Amino acid sequence: MIQVEGLTKYYGDHAAIRDLNFTIERGEVVGFLGRNGAGKTTTLRVLGCVLLPTAGRVLIDGVDVQRDPHEIRKRTGFLPDTPPLYDEMTVGDYLAFVAELRGVPGSKVKARVAEVEGQVELRDRHEDPLGSLSHGYRQRVGLAQALVHQPSLLVLDEPTNGLDPVQIVEMRRFIRNLRGTHTVLLSSHILTEISQTCDRILVIEQGEIVFQGTESELADRQGSGGLIEVEVQTPAAKAQAVLQAVQGVRAVRVVREESGVSALRLEAPLELRPQIVRALVAADIDLLRIDRGLLLESTFLQLTKTGAAASADASGKASSSNASSKEGAA
Amino acid sequence: MRATLLITRRELAAYLRSWSGYIIIALVLLIDGLLFNAYALGGPDKRSAEVLSLFFYFSSGTTMIASVLISMRLLAEERQTGTINLLYSSPVRDGEIVLGKFLSAFTFLAILTLATSFMPALIFVHGKVSLGHVAGGYLGLLLLGSATLAVGTLGSALSRTQVLAAIVSGCMTVGLLISWFLGRVTERPLSDIFTALALHGVHFQPFQAGIVHLRDVAYYLSVTYMALFAATRVLEARRWR
Repeated sequence: MIQVEGLTKYYGDHAAIRDLNFTIERGEVVGFLGRNGAGKTTTLRVLGCVLLPTAGRVLIDGVDVQRDPHEIRKRTGFLPDTPPLYDEMTVGDYLAFVAELRGVPGSKVKARVAEVEGQVELRDRHEDPLGSLSHGYRQRVGLAQALVHQPSLLVLDEPTNGLDPVQIVEMRRFIRNLRGTHTVLLSSHILTEISQTCDRILVIEQGEIVFQGTESELADRQGSGGLIEVEVQTPAAKAQAVLQAVQGVRAVRVVREESGVSALRLEAPLELRPQIVRALVAADIDLLRIDRGLLLESTFLQLTKTGAAASADASGKASSSNASSKEGAA
Repeated sequence: MRATLLITRRELAAYLRSWSGYIIIALVLLIDGLLFNAYALGGPDKRSAEVLSLFFYFSSGTTMIASVLISMRLLAEERQTGTINLLYSSPVRDGEIVLGKFLSAFTFLAILTLATSFMPALIFVHGKVSLGHVAGGYLGLLLLGSATLAVGTLGSALSRTQVLAAIVSGCMTVGLLISWFLGRVTERPLSDIFTALALHGVHFQPFQAGIVHLRDVAYYLSVTYMALFAATRVLEARRWR
């Protein structure tokens, strides 16, 4: 279990994180969500024992990070935002080096390397120099080095950073497979990343935690301001009129209208979805898709202090694109 | 100690796998060979011991330059590429990181220094010099190299890039060399202090002649220890910053 109390880290006069308090249970996958520069990396670097905190206390399985960082490092696997790879080494030699460095007994190193290479699907790259690997494989080796000494805690700083969509899916699968056997802390500024991989979310803004809980708790926080997205095969204006008439719907916005298919976003509680479907069917409108809207994004923007400005900017852009698409249709 | 040896082994393998290592060896051998031919063997007739002494004098210069070049990558490159995070997040003490890095550079320098041994061997075969003179001279070169490498390790710990590390280490080494000059232009007791602090001059000259003084050995080992201690403190301080 990880217990963080009053964690603060200053870089000179600048507080990167301020008075963070949270607890993480064993086997949990927890995501740190925040914009760039919010303090995610600093928090993870302190938890990964790379940096020491200016103030506060971090206890991992009862061991104080400041008092016995050596012991914590034995139990922790850390993947920084850039995988720490020595390009002139081969994958196998590198993983064996890291295993020995992290205290795996010499007789077990070979077996551990083979095991972890299997876990992250690197076996066919065993002899390849690290310098010749693609970004996706480099990230896999980065994950493998964090796992090679079988740590109970894994700290992954933006593990999908720079990966292509296929590689992102693979990386998510690797991380999900770790659930239960490892406690995993990861950071991302991509909201779907966190919601698809993590059990719990911690939102950091300007060095402070502004939310912690599950995705559904985050959705609850949104409360009546929930978003629903529908895609219908009809002109947007007709669908908009029908949806606006449903009781409980506060606003309907046209997201796009192309080739007779319209996408609309409704400000309405999620429980209203059955009524919305009935209203569309009654009006003889073909419903192609009904979904939760970008709930996390909107809540995230609300949570982050400067998010409001970004939100306003995004809505401005959306309205102008709607306007232009309507003009195009006309 | 296990971690130190692991780091030493990895770093040494990196030197031997890279072109830069072989370029440094080739350059040092070339410069040493040219100087040996032009100054030690050339000119008026000299006694064998004098030729050997001149060889150690020239070699001391190339050893210091090579030490700065060898050590510039040690920690600055780790910082530059981000691999320092691997060492920082592993159960390895900062002192072990510094010592491991230093030992790899020292082993490489020792290989490089021993590769020059064909020149004293030529004097030994064709002239009349004692093995003690050869051994004493090489001990001096290794001690001088050790001190310069340690200063270079500190420079590398302080710098973000390898080029900057070479400049910082070069400046610190030149500072320690100039101390000898300052010892000549100042008055006592200041001159004694500057002379005693000088990296070359009074501490290396006896080795050149094959004479080993405990005080000179202690000086080079002290510089090595203090520079490595400071480098360790720099790494530790970085965790707080």
